Amino acid sequence: MTTVTDTLLELKGVGKRFGGLAALSDVSLHIRRGEIYGLIGPNGAGKTTLFNVVTGLYQLDEGSFTFAGQAYARCKPNVLAEAGIARTFQNIRLFANMTALENVMVGRHVRTRSGIWGALSRNAATRAEERAIVQRARELLSYVGIDRPHQTLAKHLSYGEQRRLEIARALATEPQLLALDEPAAGMNATETESLKGLMQTIRASGVTVLLIEHDVKLIMGLCDRVAVLDYGQKIAEGIPDEVRTDPAVIAAYLGGGEE
Amino acid sequence: MRCSPNSRWFWVVSTLVLLCLPFATDALLGRGWVRIADFALLYIMLALGLNIVVGYAGLLDLGYIAFFAVGAYNYALLSSPQFGLHWPVWVILPLGALLACGFGVLLGAPTLRLRGDYLAIVTLGFGEIIRIFLNNLNTPVNITNGPQGVSMIDPIAPGGFSFGATHELFGFSLPSVHLYFYLFLAFTGLVIFVSRRLEHSRIGRAWMAIREDEVAAQSMGINTRNVKLLAFAMGATFGGLSGGLFAGFQGFVSPESFGLLESVMILCMVVLGGMGNIAGVVLGGLLLALLPEAFRHGAGPLQQALFGHILIDPESLRMLLFGVALIVIMLVRPAGLWPSGKRRRELEDEGAATGGGA
Repeated sequence: MTTVTDTLLELKGVGKRFGGLAALSDVSLHIRRGEIYGLIGPNGAGKTTLFNVVTGLYQLDEGSFTFAGQAYARCKPNVLAEAGIARTFQNIRLFANMTALENVMVGRHVRTRSGIWGALSRNAATRAEERAIVQRARELLSYVGIDRPHQTLAKHLSYGEQRRLEIARALATEPQLLALDEPAAGMNATETESLKGLMQTIRASGVTVLLIEHDVKLIMGLCDRVAVLDYGQKIAEGIPDEVRTDPAVIAAYLGGGEE
Repeated sequence: MRCSPNSRWFWVVSTLVLLCLPFATDALLGRGWVRIADFALLYIMLALGLNIVVGYAGLLDLGYIAFFAVGAYNYALLSSPQFGLHWPVWVILPLGALLACGFGVLLGAPTLRLRGDYLAIVTLGFGEIIRIFLNNLNTPVNITNGPQGVSMIDPIAPGGFSFGATHELFGFSLPSVHLYFYLFLAFTGLVIFVSRRLEHSRIGRAWMAIREDEVAAQSMGINTRNVKLLAFAMGATFGGLSGGLFAGFQGFVSPESFGLLESVMILCMVVLGGMGNIAGVVLGGLLLALLPEAFRHGAGPLQQALFGHILIDPESLRMLLFGVALIVIMLVRPAGLWPSGKRRRELEDEGAATGGGA
């Protein structure tokens, strides 16, 4: 809203080491507002590490990153969530024993305020806030297409629904950047197709999407721009068609005999 | 508490029963049992306080009795001949709760990064540290009177109405233990009210999210540091409050009332009754406060009647039976006697989707 910058997230020379292993070295990239940005690479290329750095789960060792014009290196995940980066997890991490509705309601935590006193007195402001939380959570559940009773426990949802619930929970934090870690993993073709539709809808609503994916077809058909990681380094970046024909990428990934 | 709390009759009847309880107990079982009921209420308050930390936020605290001790000693020192202070109760009780709250934060702050077993070990140490402090703070300056404890503590007497004496009200003779019963009942009601309100609030949801998956909770923007500290602080506040009530009721406090076994006992109340469910915790507190007393009073006479003499010392038999009861309940009802719906489902199909956490 404040300054209209084209770049939402910018990484400069980001490095992350685990002991002697350089999981990321000198990675620089920038994500523009409103695009779907894909991140691909072979297994162990550092995609999830990069993701964890951007969402605050790991602290970077070198370099810096800015989000919406502000530097956020060495911040906790909750600070980044408040700043407007929301994520899903590669291995689904829902609040398994809370209901679907409650999961999304937890996502509203960061945008609501009532504390101990509000909880005890249950004053008008708190009640109104609570109603708004429930209403927004219901909207989001139907937005991502979960038509089950909202009191179903998260762990009793189907696999595809759990993935969608994670997205709904992330959207509840009102992110500017939605980071999805392999959302289509384990989905069949129909589910993947409808997930693709959902991501396009989310982008159309003004949320920038950062996507890690193994499904190259999905990435190529969906992303505006793609970066390729290999051994912790960025080896290519550009529009899907450029990347697809990049010799380095073909050598590292597409031509590597994996697919 | 999904039974039927909304029906007016449920409330009217249960209130009447509770109001008549001390008189009925007095008439049927003797005055000693009214006193035991008073202690049961204190234990229930403690168990509800610990339930916030363990049941809601999932933080295993083995030193909870320390907060009880802080509240009790706060009352003892400010309202006894120890320092010649006799502060009014409506200052001491909130002060004790506040002090315990501060100690809760003090314990919480360094342990924020710990989980599960490791947290249990540190909190266990904390509980012992408090007790050992109280035991040794009689030299060089005598503050706590050491192992002898503080005695002749003033009874709870707000506005001159002493709970330590028998009063005549509406033609009824109300002995001290009856009065304390009603006082503790009121405070227990308050603690239940606060627990329920917290459970169904933004804060309560954040606690449960942390219990379920701390990493995910933090990634969703929950400031896990503050929210965990809040859980410790709220739990400790209840502990401090009931500690103050205990000191006024008992008239005497000494470090040996605040040992590790007491902490374990309160944790057992929470776990046996049903973690995270207020009704279950109340049930657990009630059972674990009353059963040992029943064993104590029943085991001796029963052996006399059966064998003509006492085979096993009732005191050791009490702990034996208690241990057996714990094992049986954990085998038969691992989620507690009256678990919250969620906990029950969690334990039913463990391992299904509960990957994260510890």
